[in-house]
Amino acid sequence: MDLHLDHITLVYPDGDTHLTAVDDVHLTIPAGTTTALLGPSGAGKSSLLAVAAGLTRPTRGTVTIGDDVVFTPGTSVARATRVRLERIGMVFQSPRLLGSLTALEQLELHAHLRGERPAAVRARSMDLLAAVGVADHAGKRPAQLSGGQRQRVAIARALVRRPEVLLVDEPTSALDHDRGTQVVELITGLARELGAATLLVSHDASTLGTVDAIERMLDARLAHPAPPARA
Amino acid sequence: MFVALRDLKHARGRFILMSMVIVLITVLVTFLASLTAGLARESTSAVTDLPADHLAFSMPTPGDPPEFIASRVDADQWEGWADVDGVVSADPLGVATTRAETPGATVSVTALGVAAGSHVAPVREDGTPGDVDPGTIVLTRAAADALDAHVGDAVTLGGTRLTVAATLDTDQSFSHTPVVWMTLDDWQSIGARGAARAPGAAVSATVVALTTSGTADLAGADAALGTTTLTTSDARSAVSSFTAENLSLTTMQAFLLVISALVAGAFFTVWTISRSGDLAVLKALGATTRYLLRDALGQAAVLLGGGVTIGALLSAAAAAALSGVVPIAVTPTTSLVPAVSLILLGLTGAGVAIARIARIDPHAALAAR
Ligand SMILES: Nc1ncnc2c1ncn2[C@@H]1O[C@H](COP(=O)(O)OP(=O)(O)OP(=O)(O)O)[C@@H](O)[C@H]1O
Ligand SMILES: [Mg+2]
Repeated sequence: MDLHLDHITLVYPDGDTHLTAVDDVHLTIPAGTTTALLGPSGAGKSSLLAVAAGLTRPTRGTVTIGDDVVFTPGTSVARATRVRLERIGMVFQSPRLLGSLTALEQLELHAHLRGERPAAVRARSMDLLAAVGVADHAGKRPAQLSGGQRQRVAIARALVRRPEVLLVDEPTSALDHDRGTQVVELITGLARELGAATLLVSHDASTLGTVDAIERMLDARLAHPAPPARA
Repeated sequence: MFVALRDLKHARGRFILMSMVIVLITVLVTFLASLTAGLARESTSAVTDLPADHLAFSMPTPGDPPEFIASRVDADQWEGWADVDGVVSADPLGVATTRAETPGATVSVTALGVAAGSHVAPVREDGTPGDVDPGTIVLTRAAADALDAHVGDAVTLGGTRLTVAATLDTDQSFSHTPVVWMTLDDWQSIGARGAARAPGAAVSATVVALTTSGTADLAGADAALGTTTLTTSDARSAVSSFTAENLSLTTMQAFLLVISALVAGAFFTVWTISRSGDLAVLKALGATTRYLLRDALGQAAVLLGGGVTIGALLSAAAAAALSGVVPIAVTPTTSLVPAVSLILLGLTGAGVAIARIARIDPHAALAAR
């Protein structure tokens, strides 16, 4: 399914005044493609991602997946949570794995959140861990994994639900250039394979050789679309 | 409890520390409850074990709260009570704590004086009340042990020599002294209550023990006869020191229960704050607040249930080991009531702490750690 961000504006209260973190952003990401979002610190990238994920309500505008309007300024927390659980996968800046769960359990957790038996997704979870190259570490806890391995587990976790939309916030910030490039490549590859519309926020343009499109954000607005860089 | 159980295992150290606190508090509370019950029994079993449902007191100053130490009923009163409709039996009972001596020992005992044919006479081996003969004394087991007296031995109370007619297998005590039984006349003449009675003078007793059928107009009879009637259970408060003792021990238990709730609240507050990052991520992944609350409350229940069970068992074992040394009574009430209260109050404390999960913003998952 395509992801449409329709004239999204997000205003944070900032003391007595307001801070417009996202200003009338209009963006469509076709299913199976990855759009990278570049921009300086404070440009509003994470804020846009938060709106796309339903983590915060837009002040104006709507988020649409396929033909379903999923988030509006009036969406309830319960509904937003439900949409995230069922349709959206997320990868955070730091891997954000749960300390007491093994790599495999990080993925099985999702089945439990949906009220299914964790064992029901074991086979798929193992396949995904293999796809991101950490199948050998399925039984390890985050503390026993390297930073890159953790980030790979986090990517597998985001995909275990076969999400229609994949939202990724600076997945490479803790990794060196080569590993960062590999991780972006992994994400774009899996997004294509699974048909997920993927929005990937990044600081580092040099790792984005495999993405389908690059958008630049500056002062809460999208700049003119840049042509996608092809490696 | 997918995450909660794994957290319990993973953060074992912290949870073991916390469960040890719960175990210790439980030991303290249940032990104290057993001690309270044991001391209460030691203070009042002579009253509560009486085969009577009410006791009529007569205080020297009408209107004073009934007390065994001051109450004095006369023959008119117990005969009047016997005539009240719905009263099955009304027996005078003398109650007085005094000194008993044998050649080998001097101990405090509580002398109970009963009239001939009394329904509240000591219950013998065949299970029926048996009269006490004039000039003899019947000892409860604890009194016999303390005095080292056997059937046929002489025991002196207030200068009067009485012969041991029987020792009972039961243990009643009053105000922490073992009970001995004698006739109401002998009770009067040992002078446990002021001067010994002159021969021929009127007999008095401490209370009238009543068995009623439920239709008796107790208040009306009280007004007519100048008495104050209490149920046998309420009459415990007429044992001097019982109320104060019981109140202080119960207050200690109440404080411990409140402390346990606060400790559980403090622990789960710190624990919840320390994992608020994880909670934000779980919410961002699609966990509902309700799911997370259930998870966390389940975790608290496992911790409290385990700790309280271990604590209650330890305390029962300690009580069994100490039962000969301290007055302690372990009953389902002294174990289960504190245990269930501890779990419920602990869950309340934990629940208040865990409620902050509702305020955790999933947006925080995006912030770099
Ligand atoms: N929860 C919030 N409340 C108020 N203001 C916020 C909040 N989150 C972000 N902001 C502000 O909104 C603006 C955009 O922040 P945002 O995190 O979206 O930037 P970013 O492009 O992701 O930056 P970075 O590359 O540093 O992560 C910033 O000025 C920031 O201070
Ligand atoms: Mg950001």
